Amino acid sequence: MEEQECRASECAQKVSEGRREFLHTCSLAAPLLLLGLRAAAVEAWATTDAPYNPREHSYGMGVDVSKCIGCGRCVEACKNENDVPREPFYFRTWVERYVIATSRETVVDSPDGGIAGFPTKPSEKGLLRTFFVPKLCNQCANPPCVQVCPVGATFATEDGVVLVDQEYCIGCRYCVQACPYGARFLDPRTHTADKCTFCYHRVVRGLLPACVEVCPTGARVFGEVQQRSSPLARFTRFNKILTLKPYLNTKPKVYYANLDEEVR
Amino acid sequence: MPQQLKRLLVLFAVLTGGIAVARHFLLPETFGERGHYRAAAVTAVEKQPIRYAGREACAMCHPEVVAAHSKARHETVACEVCHGPAAAHTESPTENPLAAPRKRGYCPLCHGYDPSRPTGFPQIDPVTHNPLKPCITCHQPHQPEPPHVPEECSACHGEIARTKAVSRHALLACTQCHKTPVQHKVTPRQVRPDKPRTREFCGGCHAQDARGPQEIPRVDMETHGVRYFCWQCHYPHQPEGGG
Repeated sequence: MEEQECRASECAQKVSEGRREFLHTCSLAAPLLLLGLRAAAVEAWATTDAPYNPREHSYGMGVDVSKCIGCGRCVEACKNENDVPREPFYFRTWVERYVIATSRETVVDSPDGGIAGFPTKPSEKGLLRTFFVPKLCNQCANPPCVQVCPVGATFATEDGVVLVDQEYCIGCRYCVQACPYGARFLDPRTHTADKCTFCYHRVVRGLLPACVEVCPTGARVFGEVQQRSSPLARFTRFNKILTLKPYLNTKPKVYYANLDEEVR
Repeated sequence: MPQQLKRLLVLFAVLTGGIAVARHFLLPETFGERGHYRAAAVTAVEKQPIRYAGREACAMCHPEVVAAHSKARHETVACEVCHGPAAAHTESPTENPLAAPRKRGYCPLCHGYDPSRPTGFPQIDPVTHNPLKPCITCHQPHQPEPPHVPEECSACHGEIARTKAVSRHALLACTQCHKTPVQHKVTPRQVRPDKPRTREFCGGCHAQDARGPQEIPRVDMETHGVRYFCWQCHYPHQPEGGG
């Protein structure tokens, strides 16, 4: 296009001598002009700062159980990112180990949430199968914790994340009791309920949740539930998906692939 | 208008006004803007500071390391898995230097043998695998190399090799009975060696008319355990054989 414009103006000049020189100058100027335009466009895009619209999103997480190596990096990252109390029993996400014996007796443990891996190994004698299962708040579409809150301090946002209003929570623990997945706890410092937020503060800035960011094997996948072109959509399309305790009609939005029937 | 209706209207107006006033004072600010909750609570969560910068941030200052890392087997392992949360480091790199785990204890978090880990995930036994040496003396964590292709069967099948080594079959090569494609060393589960399938295979050495040294025990293939395969009674890696 640049060149066509140049030609038109050049014809108007009707100076055959200057033609070559003029075209040469044009060919030099065109890329520079394009670069300048592009830089301006990029700058404009970066500075528009379109406000985050929660109605355009609907988040969920996929967990591939067969990829989890039980290293506990997600638990560590979650505690770092969200300032979760370091002492045991306070977790927004944690890793469970299932050890199923040939007698079908199932032992589940999670030493300190798996934050330092699993230092003791199960005995291989009489072992049928064993695996790790990362757990977190299932961000239910039909959340029991929201139903039971007497002051309306916990709620589901428009993008499908269940959050806690720290200023209005009275610390009655009803929601901790109501959660069938054990995903909530009472913060010992503020005496208010706390739980996984899908790292909402990161997600609205276009970053991935901390646990997904650090998972070394890609066992955790985060994305949009509704959009077809999202890592999560691809994950749910190519894997057989189960959710935890589906019979409770909580409609969880954490989708497990390769989940064992023993996992509860 | 009847008197009683007027009174009712007044009462109704007072009640509605009272509720409106009470609602104005009792309802928290920003309640109901987005749903049945305080919109300010969402804003409060959104304002939480970020600790993990994300792997894209590292490439801006450390392009060589990131480029090499993104082509190697650790490509799915984000920088912050080992180096820790880096958001503060991206803002003032010199004031918030990042550490790198150099001790032996760190790598086994992922690579120490644990039966619960998925089969095939690269693992070692930290007790026997070059004890006391820090992992980084041999392995480059940004570009870890897969283990060497084993040269001997015993590298993987140690238990069988040790059993065979003390048996009467000690001097037989594994390949005497197992045809092993070269590819088995690279993808052991996809390409498997074969196993003897007939009684006649064992009979090649152990039949009455077989060629070979006299010391090899012989059986009459016509009468000896005809309805069974040899290996249903004899374990070839440690045949009991008359001493």
